[in-house]
Amino acid sequence: MLLVPCPNCGPRSSQDLSYGGEAHSRPDPKTTSPEEWRTYLYLRDNPSGWLVENWYCSSGCRRWFKIERHTLTGELREPVLPGAKNGTASETSTNIQGGTK
Amino acid sequence: MGKAKYSAAGLFIRGARKKTWPRVWRDVEPKKSYDVVIVGGGIHGLATAYYLASNHGITNVAVVDKAYLGSGGSGRNTAIVRSNYLTPEGVAFYDRSLDLYNTMSTDLNLNVMFSERGHMTLAHTDSALRTMNWRAEVNKLQGIDSSVISPEEVKKEAPSLDISTDTRYPILGALYHPPGGTIRHDAVVWAYARAADSLGVDMIQKCEVLDITCEGGEAAEGKGAGGKVTGVKTSLGDISTPVVVNCTAGWATTISDMAGVKLPITTHPLQAAVTEPVKSFLPTVVVSGSLHVYVSQTDRGELVFGASVDPVATYDMRGTLAFTEELAGHVLELMPAISKMRLMRQWAGLCDMTPDYSPVMGHTQVGGYLVDVGWGTYGFKAGPVSGEQMAAAIATESMPELIAPFALSRFTEGTLVGEKGAAAVGH
Repeated sequence: MLLVPCPNCGPRSSQDLSYGGEAHSRPDPKTTSPEEWRTYLYLRDNPSGWLVENWYCSSGCRRWFKIERHTLTGELREPVLPGAKNGTASETSTNIQGGTK
Repeated sequence: MGKAKYSAAGLFIRGARKKTWPRVWRDVEPKKSYDVVIVGGGIHGLATAYYLASNHGITNVAVVDKAYLGSGGSGRNTAIVRSNYLTPEGVAFYDRSLDLYNTMSTDLNLNVMFSERGHMTLAHTDSALRTMNWRAEVNKLQGIDSSVISPEEVKKEAPSLDISTDTRYPILGALYHPPGGTIRHDAVVWAYARAADSLGVDMIQKCEVLDITCEGGEAAEGKGAGGKVTGVKTSLGDISTPVVVNCTAGWATTISDMAGVKLPITTHPLQAAVTEPVKSFLPTVVVSGSLHVYVSQTDRGELVFGASVDPVATYDMRGTLAFTEELAGHVLELMPAISKMRLMRQWAGLCDMTPDYSPVMGHTQVGGYLVDVGWGTYGFKAGPVSGEQMAAAIATESMPELIAPFALSRFTEGTLVGEKGAAAVGH
């Protein structure tokens, strides 16, 4: 079981949440080319390693949040997002309680 | 090479003389260069190698696998075959595969235990019944034996199913596909490996591909669009080759990244389980899309259950309790009588899911790098035809008609082959 730490509701079973897949920045539909748009829609990084992804707390606070997960070991950590100041999430940045059991 | 033919008489004579059996395929060290290197020693990779040698005379071929032959999806699937898909492209493709499976035991001289026992996809809602009717009509147009049957006829085919109307998921009917059935998946791996070996193909086990070397591409180290494959780096040394075929499942993305080709794939585990053996009571394959379960009984008497893929993308193959609980609940919904049966074990295999539930096949933007990936939950039943068509794609350097709809370029051109209605859970 994967324990996913919701920022509002705390650690919850992944079954209580909805998985939103890889977190990619969306190109602007007004200026994007069809190729760029389809790349965003369909192509995936799908690494065997750390991945920043979206989760939706569907049976709790009903908010979307991002988390970084290791796709092989199931470890979870606070993601370092582009544009975010270093250390904004420092107290939980190393290893959040969770992982596969 | 020339191997002794397997036969009942041969089995008897060897038994009577207490002779041991010879190795079925050679254990070889990789050569310095090959015409074609196939990554992944499962059904898809071995079938591609076999058809390259038998149909096109290309025998300077290596199949490399980081573990042993058939260690991935080929040995983890639930061994069900069928061709009652939803799109005309899908139907034509899988029907060809069923043809090849039908004659495989004689073609490859190894009994793959094809049991043509019939395949039923149950409908529990009006909308599911509507999709079944749609599929039946598409199938009939393509000449495939497929029809919608009533609950009473379902009961006749599989008497253990509960067709009462006061259940949470009543059985309203089923799509019945008599040519569907099960095959012993390990035997298919061995049959292709043995046949390919006798034609001179090298099968190299415990040989992990570490990198694919390219030149002329737009990305770093000459990889990516416009580039050309020059060889592979493996844990057993470098091999130079103009053609690399990615026939992996689960690790399709990591191999493809080595050539600089991005794929529309996410990797999800699919869990399956098997019960203790009991006397034969389930004559057909039973599938329920709404209940996310498919079940068949093996020749040994075990019930084999499969489910849909886990919702979270991961490369982790550990089983979960949630799966077992959900599976048990759903199976008992269909067959209340088996509540005392015990599950013996469960396992998981990795499935490469694509957005349209169709595979990704053929040439890519990197010259000499071909893919046969994205096989989601339907790779086993497509093994033979994929091998045959991929071999043709390599030999002719073009896309055969049967797999042209599944090219990687469909995702940038927006011409997807939507097969979710028939492939999402149904097996």
